[in-house]
Amino acid sequence: MNSKEMRETPAYTEFHPRWYRERVSTYWWLWKWSYLKFVLREISSVFVAWFIVVTLVLIAGLSWGPEAYAEWQAWMRLPAVIAVNVVSFFFVLVHALTWFNLAPRAIVMRVGGKRLPDAAVAGANYAAWAIASAILAWLVMRRG
Amino acid sequence: MAALTLPVLIFLFGLAFPLGWLEAPSYEAMHGLVGRPLARVCLFVICWLSLLHWAHRFRYTLYDGLQIKHLNEVITVFCYGGALLGTGAAGYLLWNFR
Repeated sequence: MNSKEMRETPAYTEFHPRWYRERVSTYWWLWKWSYLKFVLREISSVFVAWFIVVTLVLIAGLSWGPEAYAEWQAWMRLPAVIAVNVVSFFFVLVHALTWFNLAPRAIVMRVGGKRLPDAAVAGANYAAWAIASAILAWLVMRRG
Repeated sequence: MAALTLPVLIFLFGLAFPLGWLEAPSYEAMHGLVGRPLARVCLFVICWLSLLHWAHRFRYTLYDGLQIKHLNEVITVFCYGGALLGTGAAGYLLWNFR
């Protein structure tokens, strides 16, 4: 029997269409500012990790003694390290600011059945940031 | 956590002290500060959460940004393994702080 002939019961064929999907460039995030911002924000995490490593070395140095701490301080004064820290500081700042600005969208606070305005939620986050920074700075710079 | 605490710490330790804008704390002061149990617990939490934050974000940055999906397992192990290792190091250093 010829396969082209019609049958009483049509055979089941697994016909799966191939989707048309345009290949996305690896650098898709470079061409639009909003995408680039997203990726830059994600990259800020690398600088967070860098500073944690620096902090761990500091803790180890403090544990080892004054010479190790002085060595760590000298290392932190190297121009290359300062350059990385300048970049880190800006990345972490961007990360913090964008995080506080999106907090009102993540946290919906209701007081007495009414939604707190976005500014109040963001403001509370900024206040917490200011207080945490002030406490840390005070702890570190306290004399005596 | 990273957002709340790291900007001021990077500013102080990464810029202000090395560049001489502010007087760096002495060894004794820093040693006394980190020596407190509460400070050690806080430092541990900051290290742990920040490293986890890095692992998660970096993993997805590689995943979405570079489309290297065939290396997925390697990246996952590298990121979370690195975070685990760092957290372990933080725990060890802070626990045995002298």
